[in-house]
Amino acid sequence: MLRIRNIEAGYGSIRVLRKVSLHVNPGEIVTIIGANGAGKTTLLKAVSGLLKTTSGEIRFKGNDITNIPAERLVSLGCVLVPEGRQVFSTMTVKENLMLGATVRYRRDGKETIEKDLERIYNLFPRLAERQGQLAGTLSGGEQQMLAIGRALMSGAELIMMDEPSMGLAPVIVKEIFKTISELRNEGKTVLLVEQNARAALSISDRGYVIETGRIVLQGPAEDLLENRDVQRAYLGRDLDAEVEL
Amino acid sequence: MSTELFFQYIAAGLTYGFIYAIVAIGFNIIYNTTGIINFAQGEFVMLGSMTAITLNAFMPLPLAILLSVLITMIVGAIMEMLFFRWLESPTVLRMIIITIGLSIIIREIALAIWGENVRALPYFTGNEVTSVSIFGAHISPQVLWVIGICSIVVVALQMFFKFTRYGRQMRACAANREAARLCGINAKNMVTLSFVLSAGIGALAGCVVSPITYSQYNMGVPLAIKGFTVAILGGLGNSMAAVAGGLVLGILESFSVWIMPSAYKDAISIAILLLILFFRPGGLFGRKEELALKEF
Ligand SMILES: Nc1ncnc2c1ncn2[C@@H]1O[C@H](COP(=O)(O)OP(=O)(O)OP(=O)(O)O)[C@@H](O)[C@H]1O
Ligand SMILES: [Mg+2]
Repeated sequence: MLRIRNIEAGYGSIRVLRKVSLHVNPGEIVTIIGANGAGKTTLLKAVSGLLKTTSGEIRFKGNDITNIPAERLVSLGCVLVPEGRQVFSTMTVKENLMLGATVRYRRDGKETIEKDLERIYNLFPRLAERQGQLAGTLSGGEQQMLAIGRALMSGAELIMMDEPSMGLAPVIVKEIFKTISELRNEGKTVLLVEQNARAALSISDRGYVIETGRIVLQGPAEDLLENRDVQRAYLGRDLDAEVEL
Repeated sequence: MSTELFFQYIAAGLTYGFIYAIVAIGFNIIYNTTGIINFAQGEFVMLGSMTAITLNAFMPLPLAILLSVLITMIVGAIMEMLFFRWLESPTVLRMIIITIGLSIIIREIALAIWGENVRALPYFTGNEVTSVSIFGAHISPQVLWVIGICSIVVVALQMFFKFTRYGRQMRACAANREAARLCGINAKNMVTLSFVLSAGIGALAGCVVSPITYSQYNMGVPLAIKGFTVAILGGLGNSMAAVAGGLVLGILESFSVWIMPSAYKDAISIAILLLILFFRPGGLFGRKEELALKEF
């Protein structure tokens, strides 16, 4: 579904990504783990068109999407839930969700979109209760649900998420991860970036480990969970903070 | 002060206040989508007013106003597309300097086309001596036109931002440009739209005040200063606050002639501007974290 070949990207003269290649098959949940500053966010920004790549190729469902403008990629069916939620804080929950469906107005019409809105409210009942509340006044967990809900409203098949569990209490993290695995049951494909490596890998099919802008390890999620180096570097620390699923 | 005089001052204050408010809202709309102050905002007012005067020689007044608003909107769009759209991540300073340059160019072009003559649109109803009596005060019907049309513009804009698809998309861009793009919103088009809207309301304001204040190639300059003061007074980016700010400034100016020579009238806005910038840079109604939250 998504195939990245040897992409390089960075900020100004700073090169961050060095020949990164990875792929995501339809129906998979794939997790990218890596330390702070490894380049995970940079990678997702490059794929989603927010950041220009300097070389390499990105293909989505067979189309070349290298350096496509971010707003066009969504209509092709690939959406990013950005790091740090980035909800429209001055707008209501409902407005945020409806904006997620921007690319579908012409294609699907209002009724289908309203139906999808109900689906999102079923997925996150807390958002339903807070429809008219300004997004900026939601709790961190609710904002993350809103960010995911907004992305889902686009109807995209591939959902990329940048650290959806960041800064959230374990109960909420658990809820978010549960939702992510439910997405797969609905036929969605997920590319996940996480620091919460154990929880993320345990719901994933495959994983990649990124270090200073390079993919250093990849394989089935179970293998990574058992890998000595991975355990030491990403799974060992503060086990208490990890969420058991 | 007699009640008639009091209402006379109030009416004059409201008239100018609404015009300042509209200019300030023009500043806000562009500020919200781009983060810059468009110093050519006053030139939109001038263009609208001068174009309408010229067109009025060939066609009825309503048509002339409508056409001149449309033409000014097109000028706004062209301006954005030629000078801003293609810039790759420009700095705010660079864009502001471009708007200053554009304001000078537009003024020079206007001078070349229309000369230094002072002109005016005819009164929408009646003429300069017609007046209606409200609370004993004699008020020109044009004052009612200004207040009426400007209020409609304010309400219509609020409806546009709240209830229409493009209005919501513009607010989304103002709140978080990257997130808006990730939703599939074309942020560049929203910037163009913000220039078009600002140009349109500026031009309309220029038309409705023209019979009272007269029009000239450089009429935009003082209006831009007043509008800017009002935008800062209300807190940049906040349009309803701009209306309140505009009315406050308009009324202050109007009553000032009662206690000091009218030559000092224009100094009031500069004084307010400085006071606000010194003591409440987020504006009277501004939040503590001030410019962080932008809302139309
Ligand atoms: N806007 C920017 N300008 C310059 N350098 C940047 C910018 N954003 C990120 N970087 C640098 O790029 C490198 C990779 O950052 P990135 O945000 O991709 O890391 P990350 O893996 O997402 O980290 P984290 O887990 O902390 O989110 C870092 O060294 C960072 O300092
Ligand atoms: Mg990151």
